[in-house]
Amino acid sequence: MSTLSTTTGEAANSGAEARYYTRFTPAQRMLHAVLVVTFLGLAATGLPLRFSSAAWSVALANAVGGFSAILFFHKFCAVILSIDFLIHVADIIYRTAVKKQWGLLWGTNSMVPNLKDLKDLIGQLRWFFFLGPKPQFDRYTYWEKLDYWGVFWGMAIIGISGYAMWFSRAFARIVPGSWLNVAILIHGEEALLAVGYIFVVHFFNEHLRPHNFPMDITIFTGTQTEEEFRDRHPEEYARALESGQLTALRAEAPPAWGVRTSRWLGGAALVIGIVLIVLTAEAFLRE
Amino acid sequence: MKLHRVAALVILAAGGLFAQASDTQCLSCHDEKSAPFHSSVHSSLGCTGCHTDIQGFPHPETVAKVNCAGCHADASAALASSVHANIPGQQACQTCHGDAHAIVPVKDPKSAVYAANLPRTCGACHGDKKFAQQHNLPEVYSQYIDSIHGFALTKDGLLVAATCSSCHGAHDILAPANPKSRTNRANIPATCGTCHEGIDQQYFAGVHGKALQAGNAQAPVCTSCHTAHQIGNVREVSFQMKTSATCGNCHRERYGTYHDSLHAQVSALGYIDTAHCWDCHRAHDILPASDPKSTVAKANLVSTCGQCHSGAGVSFVSYSPHADSHDGKKFPALHASWIFMNLLLASLLGFFAVHSVLWFIRSKAEGSNPTRRNS
Repeated sequence: MSTLSTTTGEAANSGAEARYYTRFTPAQRMLHAVLVVTFLGLAATGLPLRFSSAAWSVALANAVGGFSAILFFHKFCAVILSIDFLIHVADIIYRTAVKKQWGLLWGTNSMVPNLKDLKDLIGQLRWFFFLGPKPQFDRYTYWEKLDYWGVFWGMAIIGISGYAMWFSRAFARIVPGSWLNVAILIHGEEALLAVGYIFVVHFFNEHLRPHNFPMDITIFTGTQTEEEFRDRHPEEYARALESGQLTALRAEAPPAWGVRTSRWLGGAALVIGIVLIVLTAEAFLRE
Repeated sequence: MKLHRVAALVILAAGGLFAQASDTQCLSCHDEKSAPFHSSVHSSLGCTGCHTDIQGFPHPETVAKVNCAGCHADASAALASSVHANIPGQQACQTCHGDAHAIVPVKDPKSAVYAANLPRTCGACHGDKKFAQQHNLPEVYSQYIDSIHGFALTKDGLLVAATCSSCHGAHDILAPANPKSRTNRANIPATCGTCHEGIDQQYFAGVHGKALQAGNAQAPVCTSCHTAHQIGNVREVSFQMKTSATCGNCHRERYGTYHDSLHAQVSALGYIDTAHCWDCHRAHDILPASDPKSTVAKANLVSTCGQCHSGAGVSFVSYSPHADSHDGKKFPALHASWIFMNLLLASLLGFFAVHSVLWFIRSKAEGSNPTRRNS
């Protein structure tokens, strides 16, 4: 196994001897953590309004301090998440326009879907039915890209429609007020899609599927083990090995407190999300 | 006072001396009647004023029943054609007025039919569950006592508050089905209007009142929205919270579209400061949008919506508070958005639901056969 001498003897599980590689930068992890907290906040304060007739909605609203409190927290989380989103967009613009990292827009390090993603999807479906080998994924798998663009699209749609309602009179000065009817509809529907996608699809893909169960903390610690790297992103691993970039990606094992914190916070987010999706499903089916 | 009653009183008062002398004889046996009778409204009439068949002492074993109608002919006639007609004879009067020898004026707080005491008096029968069932009547006493009228009377001591007789009458109570009844649908606005000055006029100016006058049997009257006996305080949040659903009893489709709006969602969470039906349509003088005087007429929307949304402009009020995303004809853009969002939702979640299930099964199969891993 590894010859890497780590100073973190208390690293979780068998991690003491494993090699670790960086997958996400501290800034990306921070942006994701803010996204997690604000998204849960938005869902917890938005769903009671969408399903206002459900008993749990009234109970939740009363627990928070009534509708005005719910609306305050909803707007508060929305503003924080908007800033989070804009920082990410500004970062992409800066790295492309200023630092000329055109690879962000196309290629193996880009979130933009390409032909390989389509081939991987077909390959994965074939693998499901024992018709072929598991696809050799690159840095970002097709479902990770869908997660990314789903959230990207969702934030744009929910954000614009949300701000349109928040500043409805100003909005109506620019476009017809009847668009507010459309705004409230797509805000609610897109929110349903978002909670359904995140709390079921994203949770399963990244955390709850047997391979990763109960959760994968890479997005919180920022690192993955060599085994995880080879297993999940074989193309990227092979390319890094070949080009000699692999050592540059080497990272220290996450400290035990970091692993513990990630498990606690990530676990709490999972539980809150699952509770919310169960309540949503119950209210949705009752409608 | 009615003429014949005056005549009767004059005749009886003329025989006062005789009566006084006679009373002494009566009370030598019937002493227990003395105290209540002497402070009653009928004391000046003496015993034989009512017990007219008694000529002297001793009187026969059996004496005739007192006929109140001898003086109170109007009340008696009204009672005879009322819902209470079948209460037998003299007992009918005593049922409400109490002991015949102790009857005091209506204005006397000791009277059983004094305003503050009347609900309890009527409640002796109409607050009895068994009686209500027997006569197929609602048990109205408890409903009334907990209503704004009941509270006003019993808690605030407001003698002007409506009691039973204010709406039903006293001797001439008729069944609501009777067109002459004060509580007949067609007469209810006038009955309530005797106290609620001006509201009946507002009501008759509105769609509901006009429909009633046009003979529409479905037209709501005061009690349709406020109920008859459980009337709440319209300034209380608990009452206001229920009103939209009340309108929804008839206006199902409009209530349905309201229910889908942000106004209703906010309201459902217990927040009163949002639009309920009456905020936009008014409560009594409701006019159709086609009427230029209506609060929801196109030209008035800016001021109506502006009650809450200060600074609302012409564009802002083109928002439809009753939009129906299922109605493609009236709301094409909204309907198209609804179809698009639902297709997106169903296809994306549907695809990944299947994707996840397949992945789960495949992962489990792989788990049981480690050699296949990463193959």
